[in-house]
Amino acid sequence: MTDSAITATGLRKAYKDKVVLDGVDLNVRAGTVFCLLGPNGAGKTTTVNVLTTLIKADGGTVRVAGHDVATEAKAVRAAIGVTGQFAAVDELLTGQENLQLMVDLSPLRASDGKLIVAGLLERFDLVEAARKPVSTYSGGMRRKLDLAMTLVGNPKIIFLDEPTTGLDPRSRRTMWTIIRELVADGVTVFLTTQQLDEADQLADRIAVLDQGRVVAEGTPDELKRRMPGTHVRLRFATAGQLDAAALVLPGSTRDDEALTLRVPSDAGTASLRVLLDRLDEYSISAEEFSVHTPDLDDVFLALTGHATEVVAK
Amino acid sequence: MKSNSAVMLRRNFKHIARNPTTVFNAVLMPVVVMLMFVYMLGDAFSVGVDYVDYATPGLMLLAVCYGLGSVATSVNSDMTKGIINRFKVMDVSRSAVLNGHVAASVLTNLLAIAALVGVAFLLGFRPSAGPLEWLGVVGVVVLLGLAAGWFTVALGLAAKSPETAGMAAVPLVLLPFFSSAIVPAEKMGQGLRQFAEYQPFTPIIETLRGLLDGTPHTGDVIAALAWCVGIGLVGYLWARSTFTKRA
Repeated sequence: MTDSAITATGLRKAYKDKVVLDGVDLNVRAGTVFCLLGPNGAGKTTTVNVLTTLIKADGGTVRVAGHDVATEAKAVRAAIGVTGQFAAVDELLTGQENLQLMVDLSPLRASDGKLIVAGLLERFDLVEAARKPVSTYSGGMRRKLDLAMTLVGNPKIIFLDEPTTGLDPRSRRTMWTIIRELVADGVTVFLTTQQLDEADQLADRIAVLDQGRVVAEGTPDELKRRMPGTHVRLRFATAGQLDAAALVLPGSTRDDEALTLRVPSDAGTASLRVLLDRLDEYSISAEEFSVHTPDLDDVFLALTGHATEVVAK
Repeated sequence: MKSNSAVMLRRNFKHIARNPTTVFNAVLMPVVVMLMFVYMLGDAFSVGVDYVDYATPGLMLLAVCYGLGSVATSVNSDMTKGIINRFKVMDVSRSAVLNGHVAASVLTNLLAIAALVGVAFLLGFRPSAGPLEWLGVVGVVVLLGLAAGWFTVALGLAAKSPETAGMAAVPLVLLPFFSSAIVPAEKMGQGLRQFAEYQPFTPIIETLRGLLDGTPHTGDVIAALAWCVGIGLVGYLWARSTFTKRA
């Protein structure tokens, strides 16, 4: 376990009688991206807060960068950087001043600090906006600045709590690129997300969190094998058509109420042509045709047997 | 590496300087109130001396209080917006965040009072205080600023949102009007007079008044110091415990 950046065993946390973390075990290898995937209310942010010394767990042990978070919080803080779910930037200061504030609060030397600030502005494409107050920044720019501020102290382990939530697709891709560069530099990234594709794109390992428990863990490929695959959905005008189609397409699942048929398929053009040819051959025509790739809802249904909506208590 | 408190002070000071409302409330508003009372209403009050000489000490206290609303709001913003978590994870000492706010508040107070006293001189303010008495005035103002600052920081921490934090400081802005700041307490009606005589701001104002005309009254000075230390201590302890609970 010497190459573990983060280990957590039996993590528990409850607020009054609401259990938020119910025995979470995690092991993150140094230099990898670990993704905690789960819907709202699963306990992702609470987990991040415990791992980053912001809140104390009720039970369990956590070691981050080789230090116990409960007894050696200072040493943990020196090794980590955290970018929370809501951009922790100072709105009234400029981008440059925000970064300088981080330099001033860190043990860095002033001369090194200047270089670091300039370098980060450059790297995050914020040079032009550097002297404007952050209150004028777009959501994507704030997130970038937020992450840049986290990087000032050159942390070995970085926690990113839903770093792309609320970002437009372009800013999201930029953020992904930045995260990949960080890992290439040898940083360990602990990431939380609600989006399966994000976890798939970035993570070396994914843990699926549901109601305070890790319900599945593995590489993206391992997890995808456990998920319902890509499928084609056909909707028919009449029950008769549905019957006929179900007969000629073995392995499909029918929904009599919606008059739909779910046919497993890899969604490649070749297999789609085969499917359509077969319908044609039997003179069956569908009202509607759509291709579905699994999303977080499907994963949840498959792994937990319930949908992603958290039951209000 | 600089001291965390100094870094925080600079940050808070930038906030104040960049927010026109804050600058207006803290620095210009007391001057406006002074002009209003001295020019419009001053002739209506007979206080035995030149009205500007009477009112300046009270307005100095008012100037301290006018700056407080924004202090409460900005402390609360720090707590309710994500930035406090960043400071905590960076291992910024907890007291540094609060020290920064209090220090910025005291500096703003001094700036406001300097502006106010400057305008007072233009209006004919002629205090008979010597250098030692002036030193005493500065001392009382700093002590009052610290006490009011810590108390307001505690109010800001205890409030749920920046908006309610701003409201929480309103009584502190109103309290000077029910003291001997504008008119002597003995000119007020029965109930109000008793309130004005025993509320903390009156001995503080009387101490400033005594120092400025060169005849400080020991009883007032002791009461003023006791109130300042008391309010400051309560504010400090309350702020510390609320901060630990919230953050």
